[in-house]
Amino acid sequence: MKRSYLGEFEEIVLLTVAVLELQKQAYGVAITHEIIEQTGRSVRLNQIHAALDRLEDKGMVKSEMGEPTAERGGRRKRLFTVTAYGRRTLQDIQEVRVSFWSRLLNPLNSIGQRDWGMG
Amino acid sequence: MPKTPPPLADKLLRFFLADDRWEEVLGDLHEEYRWQVNRVGERRARWRYWRDVLGFMKPWAVKRNSSKYPTPTNTTMLRNYLKIAWRNLLREKGYSAINIVGLSAGMAVAMLIGLWIYDELSFNTYHQNYDRIAQVMENQTLEQGIQTYGALPLPLSQELRTKYASDFKAVAAITEFEQIIAYQDKKFTRFGNFAEADYPEILTLKMLNGNRQALRDPGSVLLAKSTAQALFGNSNPLHKLVKVGNRFTLQVAGVFDDLPHNTIFTSVAFIAPIKLLFESSEDMDNWRSSSFAIFTQLNPGSDFGQVSQKIKDVFRQHTQDKSQSSLFLYPMADWHLYSEFKNGVHAGGRIQFVWLFGCIGLFVLLLACINFMNLSTARSEKRAKEVGIRKAIGSMRSQLISQFFSESFLFVATAFVLSLVLVQLVLPTFNEVADKRLSILWTNPIFWAACFSFILLTGFLAGSYPAFYLSSFQPIKVLKGGAFRVVRFASMPRKVLVVMQFTVSVTLIIGTIVVFRQIQFAQNRPVGYSRNGLINITMNTPEIQGRYDALRNELLATGAVADMAESSSPITNIWSSANNLEWRGKDPNRAAAFGTIAITPEFSDVVAWKVKEGRSFSRQFTSDSLAFLFNEAAVKLTGLKKPVGETIRWHGKDWKLIGVVKDMVMTSPFEPVTPTVFMMNTNERSLNVIHIKLNPALSAHDALAKLEPVFKKFNPASPFEYKFADEEYAKKFAAEQRIGRLASFFAGLAILISCLGLFGLASFVAEQRTKEIGVRKVLGASVINLWGLLSKDFVTLVLISCLLSTPITWYLLTNWLAKYEYRTELSWWIFGVASLGALAITLLTVSFQSIKAALINPVKSLRSE
Repeated sequence: MKRSYLGEFEEIVLLTVAVLELQKQAYGVAITHEIIEQTGRSVRLNQIHAALDRLEDKGMVKSEMGEPTAERGGRRKRLFTVTAYGRRTLQDIQEVRVSFWSRLLNPLNSIGQRDWGMG
Repeated sequence: MPKTPPPLADKLLRFFLADDRWEEVLGDLHEEYRWQVNRVGERRARWRYWRDVLGFMKPWAVKRNSSKYPTPTNTTMLRNYLKIAWRNLLREKGYSAINIVGLSAGMAVAMLIGLWIYDELSFNTYHQNYDRIAQVMENQTLEQGIQTYGALPLPLSQELRTKYASDFKAVAAITEFEQIIAYQDKKFTRFGNFAEADYPEILTLKMLNGNRQALRDPGSVLLAKSTAQALFGNSNPLHKLVKVGNRFTLQVAGVFDDLPHNTIFTSVAFIAPIKLLFESSEDMDNWRSSSFAIFTQLNPGSDFGQVSQKIKDVFRQHTQDKSQSSLFLYPMADWHLYSEFKNGVHAGGRIQFVWLFGCIGLFVLLLACINFMNLSTARSEKRAKEVGIRKAIGSMRSQLISQFFSESFLFVATAFVLSLVLVQLVLPTFNEVADKRLSILWTNPIFWAACFSFILLTGFLAGSYPAFYLSSFQPIKVLKGGAFRVVRFASMPRKVLVVMQFTVSVTLIIGTIVVFRQIQFAQNRPVGYSRNGLINITMNTPEIQGRYDALRNELLATGAVADMAESSSPITNIWSSANNLEWRGKDPNRAAAFGTIAITPEFSDVVAWKVKEGRSFSRQFTSDSLAFLFNEAAVKLTGLKKPVGETIRWHGKDWKLIGVVKDMVMTSPFEPVTPTVFMMNTNERSLNVIHIKLNPALSAHDALAKLEPVFKKFNPASPFEYKFADEEYAKKFAAEQRIGRLASFFAGLAILISCLGLFGLASFVAEQRTKEIGVRKVLGASVINLWGLLSKDFVTLVLISCLLSTPITWYLLTNWLAKYEYRTELSWWIFGVASLGALAITLLTVSFQSIKAALINPVKSLRSE
């Protein structure tokens, strides 16, 4: 598998873009809030912008300028969408994980039971 | 309560953030701020805002995006233009190489010549008062016409300084000598000046030690940096005692920076007070000895013309001779480029070469440009289809124009870079040939301005044909296929360009031939004496003077010397002259200038001159101390019918003319022989030079080894230095030879560039006519036929240019030769040879391509239809 490396944080951002682009809401602030809400991490705006910049460099997302809104002082948003390549990458990662999870299924259950038992 | 985020943070962000990110980032930040105000209150939101802004201070956010064009379609097109240009360059490597190399060679030549001209024009500008310095010169009206001299009597300097103090800021008389400078055991022969005190001030010497006023102390000397270093190494030279000319012990009072190569005083290594040369102040007040150069610096308010008028008659009031002396100021700005005088007025000088080389440079550059345009237009026709397709897809005409222009600019810029490399490589050799110290003016804005305007001009000219003509095609006509007849229509200007190119080349060939023939002609001129094994030694220390017999005997005793004599001037120059000789039948109101040379009687044997009438000097006759020998030119000047036996009056004495010798070429070999008077009397002219005829039985090396101990014995303080007469004579051709070499270098390049162009064009034509040649071969044409067919056009063009260049060169060279009194003829065969040569070169160049085309198997050329 020759995929360009995707960091954990980048993967989350990419997933968030994939989710939010359905509502045309995949831009800096919305992505930040969504990630804070979903993961509970304290994420800052500049980190999201940096991650999006890297993703765009890698060709996993593309962007275009949206409509200006009043709450932004009449400035436009940059709306991101996941490219086909980004989507494939996400799927590949998912498949790899699923295949590992399926092989780990039984040992994990037993560990879980033991933990539970000990608790 | 304002609900806007802190403006200072916004300003900071605006300052460091890349322009293309600014809008979205600020929008996001503002939106976040509002959200935070609602969530945690304004105060904390402001803090967060600051933190967020500072969070963007990262390299990825600060870095500017390389593209300046906000709309991506345009960059795509520009990239495409470059890509196409690059592919075109690579697809036809041969053409591209010829094109770029030719142009860069032309540019390199133009750049070299430009640097040369810059150096010539900036000559002497090292001196800060360059535009206010002048030399005092004298016009004498003589039998030969008005003659201009720079040598004047010493008291004139004092007179100008005191009587015209309002006009002159400074006046200084100087004289120049080669002298031995010695410090302890180190001795060097150096050229330097004996000067009045203001001299260093006039020249604005850069003093590294001491000050410019130091010469006011008669026991002091100023040294050039290199001389001081040679004498003292790294120790402090100030107040050290040096011995100059083995006579004067002087204290070093200052060290000045070496004068740069492009000043007239560049070889001045020391400056000593002029008073040293005189025993008393009465000696200094001698109006009869004109042997000093007088330099002046004008006050800011005065101008050369007015002051020249004022001082016109100053010398005349102090002299009785009939030469109608008239003084004038000769501005420093003219010294180098306008150094010749004819009948008392400027008659050019090096400025002619500045013009000549300027024209050559311009022409070579023009040749290269023509080539470049020719080849690029020829090739561009192949791209008619590309134009059609681009237009069909939707290209605007203006876009095509900019495409072709950007392509030609790309080519020209590449050639420019290459030419810089070339110049850098060639400069050392060029400097040697041209006797210059040139370097590329990397830091000079004018240089870059000139280069860039040239790039723009050439790029525009070369690109204009494809840009404006090709872009006007109608796509339907171009794309319909079949024969698109652009060639015939476009070939006329190209033919004109080829003719121009070869006219220039043939002109340069003829010019070079004539320059070399002129040098050859002067070299073959009979000199009137024998230079074989003749050496001369300048006596610049007192030890050796006045010990003639002792020295002569010792030298002869070594067996290395065939004979030895002394005289007042070397055989290759005349150091003194007189204009106050009187003879029978002379117009009493006129004066005539003669070279005057004192010799010892043995001189005639040493130089082996030919006595035409009468006899040479002899020690047998005591009366010979008041006797003259004339050369033929002097006899001609005086107009005496039977010269031998005549009496000549000079310096209040009667001199008997005892003989006439054949003319000897002592001054310029391009000019008529100077009328010269020889005498034995050493009171009038002192003996300065030893002439030695080496024994032909010994090699020069062995003979000199035997001479050295003798001179060391007589003159232990000075190094043994000698000059071969034939080498000194050869130096007289240096200037002409330099021109010849430079001209042949440029002519060679011009021909090379023209041939490159022709080669490219011939191969292009051959390629275009591949099918025609195929058909002709099938129908039975022979290789010779085809060769003739393809070469004919070019030969016609070159013949036309030969016809054109003949009258041009005739006119130019007749003018050039007119300045030499002694000159070669412009024979018709030179033009014939040059034309034949050009024709031969053309045929060689074209034949390679045309024979190659004629040999192609027609099956190959006709198959693809």
